[in-house]
Amino acid sequence: MKSLFPVLVAATLALLPASCGKHATSGITLLNVSYDPTREFYADVNQAFAKQWQADHGTALHIEQSHGGSGKQTRAVIDGLEADVVTLALAGDIDEIAKQTKLLPASWQSQLPQHSAPYTSTIVLVVRKGNPKGIKDWGDLVKDGVKVITPNPKTSGGARWNYLAAWAWAAKQFNGDQAQILAYMTRLFQNVPVLGTGARDSTSTFAQRGIGDVFLSWENEAYLIDREFPGLTEIIYPSLSILAEPPVAVVEANAAKHGTTAAARAYLEFLYTDAAQALAAKHFYRPRNAAIAEQAAVQFPAMPMVTVDADFGGWAKAQATHFNDGGTFDQVQGIKQ
Amino acid sequence: MSKHRVIPGFGLSLGFTLTYLSLIILIPLAALFLKAGGLGPAEWWRILSTPRVLAAAKLTFGASAAAAAVSAGVGLLVTWVLVRYRFPGRRLLDAMVDLPFALPTAVAGITLTSIYAPNGWIGHYLAGWGIQGAYSPFGVFIALTFIGFPFVVRTVQPVMEDLGVEFEEAAATLGAGRLTVFWRVILPALTPALVTGFTLAFARAIGEYGSVIFISGNLPMKTEILPLLIVSQLEQYKYREAAVIAAAMLLVSFALLFLINLLQRHLDWHKR
Amino acid sequence: MHHRPATTESAPVRWLLIGLALLALSLFLLLPLLAVFVEAFRRGADVFFAALHTESALSAVRLTLIAAAISVPLNTVFGLAAAWTITKHRFRGRALLLSLIDLPFAVSPVIAGLVWVLLFGAKGWFGPWLAAHDIKIIFDLPGIILATVFVTFPFVARELIPLMEAQGSDQELAAVTLGANGWQMFWRVTLPNIKWGLLYGVLLCNARAMGEFGAVSVVSGHIRGKTNTLPLHIEVLYNEYQFSAAFACATLLGLLALVTLGLKTAVEQITHQRASRHH
Repeated sequence: MKSLFPVLVAATLALLPASCGKHATSGITLLNVSYDPTREFYADVNQAFAKQWQADHGTALHIEQSHGGSGKQTRAVIDGLEADVVTLALAGDIDEIAKQTKLLPASWQSQLPQHSAPYTSTIVLVVRKGNPKGIKDWGDLVKDGVKVITPNPKTSGGARWNYLAAWAWAAKQFNGDQAQILAYMTRLFQNVPVLGTGARDSTSTFAQRGIGDVFLSWENEAYLIDREFPGLTEIIYPSLSILAEPPVAVVEANAAKHGTTAAARAYLEFLYTDAAQALAAKHFYRPRNAAIAEQAAVQFPAMPMVTVDADFGGWAKAQATHFNDGGTFDQVQGIKQ
Repeated sequence: MSKHRVIPGFGLSLGFTLTYLSLIILIPLAALFLKAGGLGPAEWWRILSTPRVLAAAKLTFGASAAAAAVSAGVGLLVTWVLVRYRFPGRRLLDAMVDLPFALPTAVAGITLTSIYAPNGWIGHYLAGWGIQGAYSPFGVFIALTFIGFPFVVRTVQPVMEDLGVEFEEAAATLGAGRLTVFWRVILPALTPALVTGFTLAFARAIGEYGSVIFISGNLPMKTEILPLLIVSQLEQYKYREAAVIAAAMLLVSFALLFLINLLQRHLDWHKR
Repeated sequence: MHHRPATTESAPVRWLLIGLALLALSLFLLLPLLAVFVEAFRRGADVFFAALHTESALSAVRLTLIAAAISVPLNTVFGLAAAWTITKHRFRGRALLLSLIDLPFAVSPVIAGLVWVLLFGAKGWFGPWLAAHDIKIIFDLPGIILATVFVTFPFVARELIPLMEAQGSDQELAAVTLGANGWQMFWRVTLPNIKWGLLYGVLLCNARAMGEFGAVSVVSGHIRGKTNTLPLHIEVLYNEYQFSAAFACATLLGLLALVTLGLKTAVEQITHQRASRHH
């Protein structure tokens, strides 16, 4: 028995790794810090871009990916995660990086075409197969007995688009009457039994756990759910929604430090090429290129959409009015400051 | 306190302990308090007295206390069975108690949610009785009980093993029934250990994050816990507010642990 | 151990209590573990092994092992020193020191991550200095190790303190009287007495280190194939709808838990046998 102790110690030591990883990737490495639902899309884009870069420059290029809730990712970049490019859920998050760190100029959004958003999306209603609750539009969400699933706007970028889309519909419905809009939003959130911390969190609540009658979702997520959980859901396009423009930007100070400025810029510009636009459509994002949208397997129906800039006065204002502590979301939740 | 130390190594071991403790625990926590200290008491009060923080605090402390209490009860039963009875599979049972220590909290959270969700193995029975398992304060309670349970067993077990049967025999000789013996003789002897176990489980539950966020539903005012509120403040770049809530939680936890260690010393002293 | 009728319960009560305890533990502890394995093999063994054999899964395993290999020995040395200080000596502020050692149990993992960001983040105390010298702590291996060390800090100390307290200092005092110096005493007297308890503490510390999620999540940066530990990789897979793959990786940690418990049981058995041989 006495000999067992050294044996155990030796066994424990043997389990410890001797090697210290192998990160000797030659050539350029880019870090793309992105949000949750873009995982599959960028996996494809990175492969395509690396191939093209190899062909053009004869050197290898490797792209590292980091995904998470948009707000969490933003904070990581502010706290020192050395992203070469950020591809986040909303312009407000990149604004925050510019404001807090000077890693990129405040005018970042004018560096690339179309508000630096190479693809767009919108917010749709996902219901259970056969639409048993007969949900057609935003107004149906406040009916008794309808359970609505959405992530928490405080922690999820996608949820902020959800919230603003519902708000825009109510504003139109009630001719901008603040009290009536707030009453609608309050009833809507009274029907929410679970607030996930992120988009993917809420997706599994709805699709896997079977909770809720309608799920407020990114359009691209809605198609993805249909692919991952076939025959479970249907997509309902409401009478009005919001044009979601997930923006991209080079984090200039980081790229300069890594000597990757040219590659980072080329990477983001690649997103506007036909090849990448087709990949966007494949992953159910709306490509900016209309011709490619035409050829896509999924046809994105046209519908009236508001924009954050025209209808909510830009992200800084929308954030302050609706989502900061004491904003309308707190009021809707019955939280007085 | 002895006048002169016989056993060597006091200076070295105390020095190392304090240095390491400072580097790993105290300096980082000081950073937290300095961040929070940048705001005055009025600001602290304003942040901590908002209804959302109060509701989260009520849930966090309430569910933690309930979970620790249930852990104490079930833990006592399990410890009793493990220490006093011999039956096949006892060692296996004993080993299983540590499972929550060893299973990563995120995995625990995901699996508990899948089991207690309305379409889960246990959840659908609960739903039949009109009880919502996951996505309710009850779900928070389940996760916290899972997390805290081993603390109770592992603190009570050694004490129960040391407990001699002499007093029980004496009481039985005097005609006391088994239940009376348990209430009058055994339970009082176990109380200090039970209290310690309860407190450790309680303190651990207050801070728990990984397993709870999956199962709670995260509704403000209803099923939102304090650690999530800290994260939510951070998402709004409010580092100070986050630090204030964190610091307040820490102070409460530390006060609890300190009280228990004092109490323990007090009880030890009485025993001598 | 044999029971006298006066100090035990009747057989039916005994079996009822055993049954209740078994039921509680199975429903509560065994079921979640079982669920992990069931989900992992839902799509068959091929999917299971394929999930474990991806570049990112392997790199997550590697990172997890490295982080544990560094943080566990650190906390083991600390645990020994702290237990030595507290149990072999009487001094003012003992209760305070004990409470401070327990503190990380009560610190939310979120806070455990946050404090390192406050210290070493780009906007933290040392952030500008670190940036100027191009040293990366947060969002890299050192940050992950620091967060792990913080969270697993008390495990070894907590295991040793009650044990050494119970053993008392008589043997050490005897050794000193016979002229042993501090190191001799430690290696020849103390360590042999506590080695099984120490091993148990190390096992628990290791299990917790490999399984830590919340704190590491705050400081990791989630770079795929680079700064994702195994628990973070599981979250990533779960969020990519690869549920079977997520649970397949979770079984690794589940197995770790089982191995830990198995080793621990073996340790106890040995301790028990030796104790009964001495009597």
